[in-house]
Amino acid sequence: MNGSMTVLRILPEIIFTLTGVAIMLIDPVMPKQASRKPLGWLAAFGALAALIASLYQYSLPVGTAYFGVVQTDAFSVFFHVLISGIILVSALVVLDAVHPDTESLGELFALMSFGAVGMLLMTSGVELLLVFIGLEISSISTYILAGFRRKTAKSPESALKYFLLGSFATAFFLYGIALTYGATGTTRITDIAAGLATSHALPIAVVGLAFIVIGLAFKVSAAPFHLWTPDVYEGAPSPIVGLMSTAPKAAAFAVLLRIAYEAFPQLQNHWMPLLWILAAVSMTIGNLGALRQKNVKRMLAYSSIAHAGYLLVAFTVLSTDGVAAASFYAVAYAVMNVGIFAVISHAGGYEDRLTLIEDYKGLAYRSPLLGGVMAFFLLSLIGIPFTGGFFGKFYVFAAAIHSGMIWLAIIGLLNSGIAVFYYLRVLTATYTKPMDSSPVLNVPRVSAPLCLAMALTVAVTLVLGIIPGRVLSMARHAAETFPVFSTQQTPVPGTASAVMAAINTKAR
Amino acid sequence: MPEHPWRTVIALLIGAVAFGITPLALAHLWALYFSPKKPGPEKNAIYECGLESKGDAWIQFDPAYYLYAIIFLIFDVEAIFLLPFAVAFTGLSMGAAIAMLVFLLLLVEGLIWAWQKGLLTWA
Repeated sequence: MNGSMTVLRILPEIIFTLTGVAIMLIDPVMPKQASRKPLGWLAAFGALAALIASLYQYSLPVGTAYFGVVQTDAFSVFFHVLISGIILVSALVVLDAVHPDTESLGELFALMSFGAVGMLLMTSGVELLLVFIGLEISSISTYILAGFRRKTAKSPESALKYFLLGSFATAFFLYGIALTYGATGTTRITDIAAGLATSHALPIAVVGLAFIVIGLAFKVSAAPFHLWTPDVYEGAPSPIVGLMSTAPKAAAFAVLLRIAYEAFPQLQNHWMPLLWILAAVSMTIGNLGALRQKNVKRMLAYSSIAHAGYLLVAFTVLSTDGVAAASFYAVAYAVMNVGIFAVISHAGGYEDRLTLIEDYKGLAYRSPLLGGVMAFFLLSLIGIPFTGGFFGKFYVFAAAIHSGMIWLAIIGLLNSGIAVFYYLRVLTATYTKPMDSSPVLNVPRVSAPLCLAMALTVAVTLVLGIIPGRVLSMARHAAETFPVFSTQQTPVPGTASAVMAAINTKAR
Repeated sequence: MPEHPWRTVIALLIGAVAFGITPLALAHLWALYFSPKKPGPEKNAIYECGLESKGDAWIQFDPAYYLYAIIFLIFDVEAIFLLPFAVAFTGLSMGAAIAMLVFLLLLVEGLIWAWQKGLLTWA
């Protein structure tokens, strides 16, 4: 392979790196009092360039580069496009929400770009060590971003919690990699499956896989590894929550899909029941937890746990349909979540002026545009037809029922019913006429970047809801990267535990 | 019964440990019998080796130290990466040299940022 081709395989990563470096070099030489917003525009343009580069990568032939550690295929490029898009919209949302004199604003944009590099590397890495480095880059950026409102008590608290628990989970992930290497003699995802076939230490591989799943389940905030989520989302600045509840999760889901389907297909009788439990518990805990919340960001944190559960349902399907549904759901969820956080960051501001659901009373009267967009995304999160949320759920549950996961689909549908209740609470608050005695809700004027961000997210959600065919075919194309395998598998002798086998038969 | 290859090693190990522990144990028994412990303020005082300490050792200190330590650490770690590169330098391709250059430039970029932000100025 020639040299230019090698560089093209990590083109979006290079663009994000250069953007981040440029921001960090320009920021200190700017006058102290000058507005840092141009740096935000630079970050947004960097993300746009990376988005275009990602779309361009579709034209590259499938292949690896740099000693086979990164791979561009339809799957990684699909997530490249998604993550670059999220960063683009998030940069616009941050531009709208912050004051020009916010402390270390330049670093905020630089960290967003650097974090994106890690997330992109996670999706395109086919070497577990590179995936780990990508995970660290993205996690460390988000730890710092979570604590960016230094002068408040909650923000550093959330960053510290996120950091301590996050590094613990990353250690699990790394230990899992080490055990996998011990059992199979390789850390290349594409070679692990072959290594497993001849491995003499299958129990170690199973433990390694379990540890990897724990590490990634933490990153996607699937229950029971979700406890950090509400606290971190509550303390972190709202525009950053929009970013970190979507992009790193999409990347972690991509890694989980790749590891489960490409590295450990033989062990599916082990990981499938695990993910089955994770999905069921996440949906239930997420939705029941959200019911009790008065704080909008905490509620959305629980809602994101529930959505991680819906996405995990698609993992258990074990077919191209499942991977396609998971990828599609990742897009639909990311777009509507970034969108709703765009509204929340604008109404509440970087300083988080509005925290409770009651605070949003009369938002639609103060600003019909904001209220309308908020309502639209809430409807999409519920899963009303003509929005991306509907088709996301539809594909996931259709695939689940198709492959015989009736019980999981029933749990999921019941949970979708519960979810309506708490989303509607916010919706009714938004459209309740405020009492004359209540203080006037002060919403700043809608700025150009916010308009752009809202237009982009609303448009994509509508496209996903009305003409999902194109994105779905892209997701399907992405799913075909993995070898399709049958659902009938011979269990690995000697390692299957009785509990898992029981759940497995129940699930079928 | 065939002799296990490890038997000699284990026997030697036990012997070595016993050889070390026995005199110590004997000395301890000797001390227990002939010089029982009777601590007092006079006996516990620092004897000809320093001053009485004042206050607690757990004090707060300037976080600026941390910044220096972190910047030092970055360049310390960089040296670890540079060493194998330097050892294998003659056998490396152009691409490896460029990769190392990119790595160094990224570190320099970090240093420039820290410098410009005034982290190296003692406040």
